[in-house]
Amino acid sequence: MATIPLRSTFRAPRLSRRFVPVWQRNFLVWRKLALPSVLGNLADPMIYLFGLGFGIGMLVPEIGGVSYISFLAAGMVCSSTMNSASFEVLYSSFSRMHVQRTWDAIMNAPVELDDIVFAELVWAASKALLSGVAILGVIVVFGLVDSRYVLWLLPLIFLIGLSFGALGLVMTSVAPSYDFFMYYFTLFITPMTLLSGVFFPAEQLPAAVQAAASLLPLAHAVELARPLLLGKLPDDILLHLAVLAAYGVGGFWVALGLTRRRLLG
Amino acid sequence: MTGVPAAIRDLALASPLEIRGLRKRYGDNEVVAGIDLRLRAGECFTLLGPNGAGKTTTLRCALGLTRPSGGEILLAGLPVPERAREARMRVGVVPQQDNLDPDFTCAENLLVYGRYFGLDDATITARIPELLAFAGLESKRDARIQSLSGGMKRRLTLARALVNRPDLLILDEPTTGLDPQARHLIWERLKQLTRNGTTVLLTTHFMDEAERLADRLAILDAGRMLTEGSPREVIAAQIEAQVVEVYGDWNGAARNGTSGAQAWAEAHAGAFARRYEVSGETAFCYLDDAAPLMAHLAEQQGLRYLRRPANLEDVFLKLTGRDLRD
Repeated sequence: MATIPLRSTFRAPRLSRRFVPVWQRNFLVWRKLALPSVLGNLADPMIYLFGLGFGIGMLVPEIGGVSYISFLAAGMVCSSTMNSASFEVLYSSFSRMHVQRTWDAIMNAPVELDDIVFAELVWAASKALLSGVAILGVIVVFGLVDSRYVLWLLPLIFLIGLSFGALGLVMTSVAPSYDFFMYYFTLFITPMTLLSGVFFPAEQLPAAVQAAASLLPLAHAVELARPLLLGKLPDDILLHLAVLAAYGVGGFWVALGLTRRRLLG
Repeated sequence: MTGVPAAIRDLALASPLEIRGLRKRYGDNEVVAGIDLRLRAGECFTLLGPNGAGKTTTLRCALGLTRPSGGEILLAGLPVPERAREARMRVGVVPQQDNLDPDFTCAENLLVYGRYFGLDDATITARIPELLAFAGLESKRDARIQSLSGGMKRRLTLARALVNRPDLLILDEPTTGLDPQARHLIWERLKQLTRNGTTVLLTTHFMDEAERLADRLAILDAGRMLTEGSPREVIAAQIEAQVVEVYGDWNGAARNGTSGAQAWAEAHAGAFARRYEVSGETAFCYLDDAAPLMAHLAEQQGLRYLRRPANLEDVFLKLTGRDLRD
């Protein structure tokens, strides 16, 4: 609201350990529905991976020296991590904030909004990790990838979850209703998936589009995940990590400011 | 006096909530326009006011959930909003809208909420049976929230607000939407709490609730406190002792085309009552001695009337008017 100056709305996050019980709350809800949740999150990427992997794999024998399905595996891990984190902070966080008023209840206890939004972010990344582990498991069991560096995917998945969780929270902080999230998926998530090297190498794109795509967080996620899953060390590791971290920190900062304006006015 | 007794004396005198000159503006709209309030430990204080009077905003400011435009707040002795998080350790809140966790059972709701206060699971688990007993929900320990009635949800929300054993319990319209049985049970529990030393601050627009529960009350309208005191003091200070309500037909001589109680009031009420007003079909006469008016009314034909002691609702309507607040 107008009475809070911008400076105070977008002040630095003030975090405490009290975000832990909020994270625990979300985990406890998830645990009650863990199996259907993991299977649900697994189904979509698996259908794409095996459907496209075998289907297009017949037409495209090899990309960069590996089979198409092995190429696709890293893209599927990254995009499904992105989707899982995004869904959580959009639909589920919005329910807790706006529909169930769970955040209001928590703020009456000695927990600040900063802790709640941070807990939602960390929880979205945690849930993305839980789903990501399941996908990695299938990929490794079917021998689709070189599993030499596969464990490095775990912190990477968590980081991707944080980046997209933070971006999604920005949407949630200004959303009037669930319908609003459709725009985010149609105008941002879906085009990004096509431009970030998930299904085909970004080098296929015109130079101008490639340049634009190199700003997208998903592109950097894929640049890290693909070599790792093919048993190689990625180039420009620090650059890619820095871009993902910047989206995470920047997104969280903006989301927190907008959420403060929405709830603490 | 030595330092120790002084410290104890300060503790005993410390107000659970002290508000001075509170203001809150949204753009040009001043929702709270200068409220002063000092709760005494162990009392039940009621904020009474029509919708939009600024009751909820005052509570939100007191809890540090929104930054006031002016004024000072001390909650549990700590400045708010600066140290609101710490202060809320000592406070329990029952919000206007139920916001229990629909994914959890009753017991899980209490456990999860206790964790927000930094309590460990063993401590909370040990408190759960007494909290459920207090709310009359022992048999609903493992029931889902969706299966509870409105009254049960309110009681569970009350139990949840007590999980940290607060010194001050704040309730925002705790019985709105409840049936009489459920309201009486909530009132009983609140009395039990104040008897055991918990300070209670509640908002309501139900007069009977305020009259029944409040040690002291304040009537709020348009962000200002219009009067403050015990229910008896407020009634005695603000209004005549007796009220006679007059309605029905009247066969006396009517002037200016009016009829019924209104015509009667215009012709005679001023002669008997210190103050009267006509609302719809009824004339309300406020007076200290009703006997002469009653004698007069007994002689009229067609009029019906009701005599009763003045109550808080009369004060409320006198101070805040009879216009609808939508």
